[in-house]
Amino acid sequence: MQSNFLAKLLTIVLFVFSMNVQAQNEEHEGTPEEVSLKTKIKESINHHLLDSHDFIFFSDTETGKHYGFSLPVILIDEGIQLFSSSKFHHGETVAENNGNYYKLYHNKIYKTDAEGTITLDDHHHPTQVKPLDFSITKSVLMIIITGILMFLAFAGMAKSFKKGPIVTGAGRFLEPIIIYIRDEIAIPNIGINKYKKYMPYLLTVFFFVWFLNLFGLTPLGVNVTGNIAITFALALITFIITQFSGNKNYWKHIFWMPGVPVPMKIILAPIELLGVVIKPFALMIRLYANIMAGHIVLMSLIGLIFVFHNWIGSSLTFVLAFAISMIELLVALLQAYIFTMLSALYFGFAVEEHDEAH
Amino acid sequence: MDKLINDFSFGLFFWQITLFLLLLILLKKFAWKPILNALNEREEGIKNALDAAENAKKEMESLNADNERILKEARAERENLIKEAREIKTKMIADAKEEAKATADDMITQAQEAIVNEKKSAIADLKNQVASLSIEIAEKVVKEELSNKDKQLKLVESMLDDATLN
Repeated sequence: MQSNFLAKLLTIVLFVFSMNVQAQNEEHEGTPEEVSLKTKIKESINHHLLDSHDFIFFSDTETGKHYGFSLPVILIDEGIQLFSSSKFHHGETVAENNGNYYKLYHNKIYKTDAEGTITLDDHHHPTQVKPLDFSITKSVLMIIITGILMFLAFAGMAKSFKKGPIVTGAGRFLEPIIIYIRDEIAIPNIGINKYKKYMPYLLTVFFFVWFLNLFGLTPLGVNVTGNIAITFALALITFIITQFSGNKNYWKHIFWMPGVPVPMKIILAPIELLGVVIKPFALMIRLYANIMAGHIVLMSLIGLIFVFHNWIGSSLTFVLAFAISMIELLVALLQAYIFTMLSALYFGFAVEEHDEAH
Repeated sequence: MDKLINDFSFGLFFWQITLFLLLLILLKKFAWKPILNALNEREEGIKNALDAAENAKKEMESLNADNERILKEARAERENLIKEAREIKTKMIADAKEEAKATADDMITQAQEAIVNEKKSAIADLKNQVASLSIEIAEKVVKEELSNKDKQLKLVESMLDDATLN
């Protein structure tokens, strides 16, 4: 309970802090034109939603200064190109490394010439080559940080269990969650005999998604779980585990549904096969869309405070933004729960044994 | 869909898969296994302790029942003992009374016998004395009678008369 309260308090404090920063920027601007402000907010939101090659806490729009640090860029382009993202100067200049020129366009790296020309096709996509980008981006950094935090927390908890059956410290807060995942998610969905094999994955994915969702709510501006590549990777792992643990019964229900006439079996097979792919696809889209939407709504509401530019409107929007951020805290947990729950459900389908035809 | 594909970054996907799998393996080895085992062990321990408590309770109950039974038996035995003792006492008193009575009877009988014997011997003695007295008297009488002849003859005659009469 205390941890929850602390999280709320932290969110509120950081929330207020982040608004101060933006408010200052706005005052410095002097003559605020409504249209340019709106575009700016929109750009800021769009920028926030995307992954980036540097970690910026906040920017001073007047002086064009960015407060943060740069991250390493790793490209596969005629060998490995490794350089610091500071070379891009936040996308304003062309980065040169070993005689190759790279330019940032919408947070993506394109290979270009010394002048940094980017030509667009009819669909507004650049025609330049996009080298394979294995950079340690903001999201990758957050994944690493979350991973380290999780490892410290849970390895510490395991160590504390070695001393006695009663866990101490942060484990006291985490232990009921672990028991909940075991007793309410894994055992009812997978079955008492087979759940043990899947517990490590379910626990890891739950805490991973939950912690990253929570990090997304801090003004650090990380939107890891709202990134399609992340949710795709997680859904892919669930998909692979499901298919590899599928027993005879599972495949039989897909390709030759028992208990229905033969023509139905033929019709059902492609539908079931499609379902196999749709299930993890839904898993991917659900997490991505929920987190993405939450970020957009929250940031838009914060942006509204500055659009209103008067006491009543701004304070009302502040209350609204506050309420939404509380809901987002819940959504952060809920989405982690749903992802884990559905993964467990799919594993349950794959290992299910039953004799009766239906 | 176009936006989704456009947003998809292979590099991020690669890192996510790699880092996530690494995290999964590390956590599985260093965290989940020990934690889940510890939780299971603890639950087993609690379950066993509860079972043991339940068993102990049952045992206590059966012990109590035993105690109750033993107490009852003891009480019954005591009752029996007391009853028996009472019976013995009554019997002893009755016996003693009877014996006393028998002895008294015996003694009375003996006393009576003794009295009868004494009486008999006394009577015999008296008879003897009376006889000897009679003889003495008879002797004196006879001596007197026989001191003259007439008297002797008279006597013989009377005697003969008696004898004839008989």
